[in-house]
Amino acid sequence: MELDSLYQEVILDHYKHPQHKGLSPTFTAQVSHVNTSCGDEIILNIILEDGVISSLTWEGQGCSISQASVSMMTDLLTGKTLEESGTITKSFADLMASKGTSAGDPQILEDAVAFAGVSKFPGRVKCSLLGWMAFKDAAIQAQAQ
Amino acid sequence: MTFSPTDVRKDFPIFNRTIRDGKRLVYLDSGATSQKPLSVIEAESNFYEFHNAAVHRGAHQLAEEATDAYEGARAIVATFLGSPGGSDEIIFTKSATESLNLLAYAMGNAPVGNRFALSSKDRIVVTEMEHHANLIPWQQLSARTGAELSWFKVTPDSRLDLNSIDEVITANTKVVSITHQSNVLGTINPLAAIVKRAHEVGAIVILDACQSVPHMRIDVKALGVDFLAFSGHKALGPTGIGVLWGHMNLLDELPPFLFGGSMIETVTMTSATWAPVPQKFEAGVPNMAQAVGLGAALDYLSGLGMDEVHAHEVELTGYLLDKMKTIPGIRIVGPTNTLLRGGTVSFTIDDIHPHDVGQYLDSQGIAVRTGHHCAWPLAKCMLVPATTRASLYVYNDEVDCDALVDAILGAQKYFGRF
Repeated sequence: MELDSLYQEVILDHYKHPQHKGLSPTFTAQVSHVNTSCGDEIILNIILEDGVISSLTWEGQGCSISQASVSMMTDLLTGKTLEESGTITKSFADLMASKGTSAGDPQILEDAVAFAGVSKFPGRVKCSLLGWMAFKDAAIQAQAQ
Repeated sequence: MTFSPTDVRKDFPIFNRTIRDGKRLVYLDSGATSQKPLSVIEAESNFYEFHNAAVHRGAHQLAEEATDAYEGARAIVATFLGSPGGSDEIIFTKSATESLNLLAYAMGNAPVGNRFALSSKDRIVVTEMEHHANLIPWQQLSARTGAELSWFKVTPDSRLDLNSIDEVITANTKVVSITHQSNVLGTINPLAAIVKRAHEVGAIVILDACQSVPHMRIDVKALGVDFLAFSGHKALGPTGIGVLWGHMNLLDELPPFLFGGSMIETVTMTSATWAPVPQKFEAGVPNMAQAVGLGAALDYLSGLGMDEVHAHEVELTGYLLDKMKTIPGIRIVGPTNTLLRGGTVSFTIDDIHPHDVGQYLDSQGIAVRTGHHCAWPLAKCMLVPATTRASLYVYNDEVDCDALVDAILGAQKYFGRF
């Protein structure tokens, strides 16, 4: 079933058991993003220490795709340098722009390659990118501190 | 003749196609935009094929034919709405959104002394269930003029709270702009008390009729409102065409909004005077083929009979509500009976996000809308971040409703698997 390529087990698992959810009391930068077409929301806290992302925490509400994507992203980027995070972010953005033609690089994206199926559904690409857009914004703001 | 959605479907070419690998198209998103009968598609394409020319200009036969077709469409709209002043009270816009913005901007242009001029001493009234198109123009006009924005609250049973009508529509209220039927809840708002109170204090009443004109008989005189806006594409017509109706004496006094060609009487390098209504409000070459298509759409609806259309939708809504109520974990966001209610049914199921519900329904060939439906404040007031919305129209039948209910149960099973 085509739908199963969208709703991979690992995506639904992250939706049901979100990682790094609950905002840290302190942060280097905090951003709030919404998906204007559906109302999905996310608040993301980043703590940056010597160029390393030591903490990424979030709060939000939305569909399984947007929430699982944030959860997986925070798992993936915590402990990485900003430079590494740039590579991962670009790899994910490329995957989402692939319209189903790319399987994604598991070396870089790990479990997030599960989102390859989402790229076949143009209406859902925005959902999967909500958290990643928030992260880009947060990283810029944190660096400016 | 009995109303038959099966026969109606035959007039809509889109139902000849299938969805998602051969599934029957179950189109339950007419609240966003309706499908088009062949007569509308042909009317629009015939205009381009045989009569295309700029209306109200040109000394040639095509211009005459184009003008006849365009003005003919205006006459059809006037009859359809029961316009007491006939065709001259019908203004073509590109959408209902533009119709409402036209009013708000034109009022903003009104000089002191004009009945539409607003100041910080005045009040504008809307409701908590407005589509953004009938909220934000007034929000912005309020910010530009200093007029206070006030609104009717929505009760937990999805009705307007009219208990405080005298406190909401105060003596200094100049504009009351409300939706006839909520695009989220399906609630049809009772207008009599609101119109009476508004007119008592000298306010004008504007009706956002996007969700009512396509679905029920409308007689502007009987409704007692002063202005009415609707969009063509929700009423079987093309996109790019909307209507603003208003009483001639009001349209006469209302300043223009868009300036340019066609809307003038005389022009010098430093000044201009305005053409009579409706031309005063139709600057530029209008969406002619779309107006003609709208005329064909309203003719089609008149052929079905608007009372029959409404009766069909109320009956089908009752059928759908009864079936939906049997689904465990469902919450219908809107009235749960058919009293003063149209065929727009919003709901949530368990804690499955509407976007995921919509995706599953799509996999079954069912088209619905998900999200806040351009009524964010209403969603907040109903304590739901988003809903799934099924909206019924002339081509829907019990088979469609059964398919929806089966698919909702399927979605519960699908998302319950993890």
